Amino acid sequence: MTEIEVNLQLAKNHGLSEEEWETIKKLLGRIPTYEELGIFSAMWSEHCSYKSSRVHLKKLPTKAPWVLQGPGENAGIIDIGEGYAVAFKMESHNHPSFIEPYQGAATGVGGILRDVFTMGARPLANLNGLFFGELKNSRTPYLIKGVVAGVGDYGNCIGVPTIGGQVTFHSCYNGNILVNAFTLGLMKSDKIFRGKAEGVGNPVWYVGSKTGRDGIHGATMASAEFSEETEEKKPTVQVGDPFTEKLLLEACLEIMEKDVIIGIQDMGAAGLTSSSLEMAERAGSGIRIDLSKIPLREKEITPYEILLSESQERMLFVAKKGKEKEILEIFKKWNLDAVQIGEVTDTKRAEFYFEGKKVADIPIDGIGESAPLYKRPYKEPKRFKENQQLNLSEVKDIENVQTTFLDFISSPHLCSRKWVFRQYDQSVRTNTVMSSGGDCGVIRIKGTKKAVAMSLDVNPRYCFLNPREGTKLAVAESALNLAVCGAKPLAITDCLNFGNPEKKDVMWEFVESIEGMKEACQKLDTPVVSGNVSFYNETEGVGIYPTPSIAMVGVVEDIQNIVYPWFKEEGLEIVLLGEDEPSLDGSLYLSHFFGIDKGKIKSVDFELHNNLISLMLQLSKEKVIESAHDISDGGLLIAIAECCLNEESKIGAEIFFKDAPKRIDAFLFGEAPSRVVVSLKKENLKIFSQIANKKKIKYEVIGRTTKNSFKLGFGNKEVFNISINEIAEKWQKGFEGIFKQK
Amino acid sequence: MRATVIEFLGSNCDHDMVHYAKDVFNLKTEVVWFTERDLKNPDIVLLPGGFSYGDYLRPGAMAARTPAMESVKEFAKKGGLVLGVCNGFQILCESGLLPGALLRNRTISFICDNVYLKAENKDTPFTCKVDKILKIPIAHGDGNYFCDEETLKKIESEGRVAFRYVSPEGEVDEKWNFNGAINSIAGVLSENRRVLGMMPHPERACEKVLNSEDGKLVMESVISFLEKNR
Repeated sequence: MTEIEVNLQLAKNHGLSEEEWETIKKLLGRIPTYEELGIFSAMWSEHCSYKSSRVHLKKLPTKAPWVLQGPGENAGIIDIGEGYAVAFKMESHNHPSFIEPYQGAATGVGGILRDVFTMGARPLANLNGLFFGELKNSRTPYLIKGVVAGVGDYGNCIGVPTIGGQVTFHSCYNGNILVNAFTLGLMKSDKIFRGKAEGVGNPVWYVGSKTGRDGIHGATMASAEFSEETEEKKPTVQVGDPFTEKLLLEACLEIMEKDVIIGIQDMGAAGLTSSSLEMAERAGSGIRIDLSKIPLREKEITPYEILLSESQERMLFVAKKGKEKEILEIFKKWNLDAVQIGEVTDTKRAEFYFEGKKVADIPIDGIGESAPLYKRPYKEPKRFKENQQLNLSEVKDIENVQTTFLDFISSPHLCSRKWVFRQYDQSVRTNTVMSSGGDCGVIRIKGTKKAVAMSLDVNPRYCFLNPREGTKLAVAESALNLAVCGAKPLAITDCLNFGNPEKKDVMWEFVESIEGMKEACQKLDTPVVSGNVSFYNETEGVGIYPTPSIAMVGVVEDIQNIVYPWFKEEGLEIVLLGEDEPSLDGSLYLSHFFGIDKGKIKSVDFELHNNLISLMLQLSKEKVIESAHDISDGGLLIAIAECCLNEESKIGAEIFFKDAPKRIDAFLFGEAPSRVVVSLKKENLKIFSQIANKKKIKYEVIGRTTKNSFKLGFGNKEVFNISINEIAEKWQKGFEGIFKQK
Repeated sequence: MRATVIEFLGSNCDHDMVHYAKDVFNLKTEVVWFTERDLKNPDIVLLPGGFSYGDYLRPGAMAARTPAMESVKEFAKKGGLVLGVCNGFQILCESGLLPGALLRNRTISFICDNVYLKAENKDTPFTCKVDKILKIPIAHGDGNYFCDEETLKKIESEGRVAFRYVSPEGEVDEKWNFNGAINSIAGVLSENRRVLGMMPHPERACEKVLNSEDGKLVMESVISFLEKNR
């Protein structure tokens, strides 16, 4: 092996700054070895160190009586009662998915699954937030096909249902798609495992797949902008093997049943390096590892590559001494490698050996404490105030409501997502109560009356126009999506996708977004229990809209009380609840038909919002309503149509308003937070109004369900009368257009 | 009544199958690991769905060559009841217990959806209680049943097509044959009608909260058959 000269230039090639290089030299008191340089570059990458975001993330509320584990572990955990807890987290796999959509998305799912089962939870459900560029972009169909197949194949093979999420299209993602993967798992609340390397002399075990050269410097790649050479980065993308992950999952859950494991962590970004260092750091201990013992796919891999490989489906754990036989038995049963590669020490150093020679020796405190922490400058960009100005006089009101409505509902933004979801196994594990198409995904918890509901939301247009208010709206919508089905919102995980934090305007968006999230989570009493930041979503200097994906988890106490969004039968009263003044500012309508992303988006009134959430929970508990659906993208008319468009039974609706509004477009397709459309039996109207009045929520009966037509009228004048089948056909086929164009 | 669920490396519907037999139907249920030969004296063997061996080589190919499957073959030869669902169906075809093969779906992609099933022959241990069109989910990438013409003629004429994909109204229609199976075949029986392989998952449709209870009728048929033939 020829010695590689380690110097500033090499450090820079590793993505480290001159200042960071100086810190490393001071910390070690010498020039780092090549291996050490690799370790620092990975650990101090934005992806692993959160160096630009840490100061701000600290502001977020993370505590509540039901929070058993907040941020800082592999996943957050909340108590759901009856001795059960759920672990969940969301993570981005944006950069790899843009370079290689199938493997990038697949390993994103694989990574988040490991984060959850490493805590001792059995993964029960996945959600995905997918954000693609506009359809006329030639790469978009390729990316969609690859990402959807990758997400599907991994989850399907391992046997975890994918039960919801979001698919968004906007030109801001042309050069950077987003793949945000969420997993939720179930565990006994007294059986939580953490990533801690405790107990001097305890053995450190490596289990799972062998180590190869894939994914080397993945974390560093994910911490830089893209340029024309993106294609050349394909080798930095990992390759997934869901079969091995399934074996690893079962083997880990089986060994967790025994009294063996002290601490456990998956090898995700920055592989063995980050898992070993983080485990020792959490325990305040040291760790010594012999890299020669790592199972390898090929002989010629160097210690540097072993340290930085992001080969998938690998775990590191610290076990009690003297349990070798039990451990080997279980991993042999599952056909997996299990090797003792080192031990816990009290040196507070991470020492790596290779063929008898020490190749790296790093103070663990140094990695964390001396890690760069940037208070990056931020400034409100000029465009912020400019974008608040929306001149509606330039926008002609709708002439033909029927045509506009049909165009809108069959657009890629609003059409049925079945093409996507049909490729995901949604029913494996026999728990799925509600899946794609609903306001949220719901799984029942076997052996109890409970169900767990989860939703994933963000409106990037809102966050672009006003990152603070937009993020509040994302949290608020997530909460309402749970409440309409009867689930009490409990906590969130986030995935914060932004551009280059070294730019003042991007950093401003980030800071504003965190402030908004903080306020919303406090007001709704839904703390942040885990999360992930993805910066540098930029290509050739063009960044994405700020996209803070929010996934919220809630509990339905009695599964019999779940409310679905769809109209069940004809003859029901249709009632509009909540905020009554929708606006075109920042609406999907303006964005889709006019290409205008402008306006002053509405703020969330949290008192009203909390009252509405509480009302929805009571209505579900007292079985007053037959259906409930949150009104979001596309506004009122789209929401009502969505209530009609169930896969199996298609019920129509007659909607009549007393007077024609001043602007039809704003009234029918404008947007506002805190709005819900429900249906109920006529005989329940009285009790409904009593409850609504008590909760101080305004409501209006706007029509009734019918057999098979969708009618709209103002005063005595009918605006349109369309058959539900016609709408359904257009809505179902909307997605096909994406591939037909090519 | 006793059921045995075989677990292979990578099976992911094994727990669902146990839930079906044990929790939904209260059968005495054993789980047998693929390396074992003792099936623990079952009345019915259940082969679960879900990507055994990652579908590597061909779906079901490796599972079909395990010690447990040797015992299942012997069990079937003696007239034992075997139900294979999804990957279980693929394993039955690969092991020669059922004719034909399951090809890639005609859409190429994985399909998860509800299908409608018509029981073509009510005189079998698996269908004797099926009195309506069943709504049951499918979730597979390779469910496109295929066999040569001679075999097709044979299984059709011998009443060995257990289930066919149909419209909700019960009509055979290519539109409702999502994976492209030959003659819309969703489930096939062995010559003695004691072995059934089917792509749809009855175990996923046994409770109202899961949107359908139709899957119960398959196991209810089995139980009724076993009670009569004790």
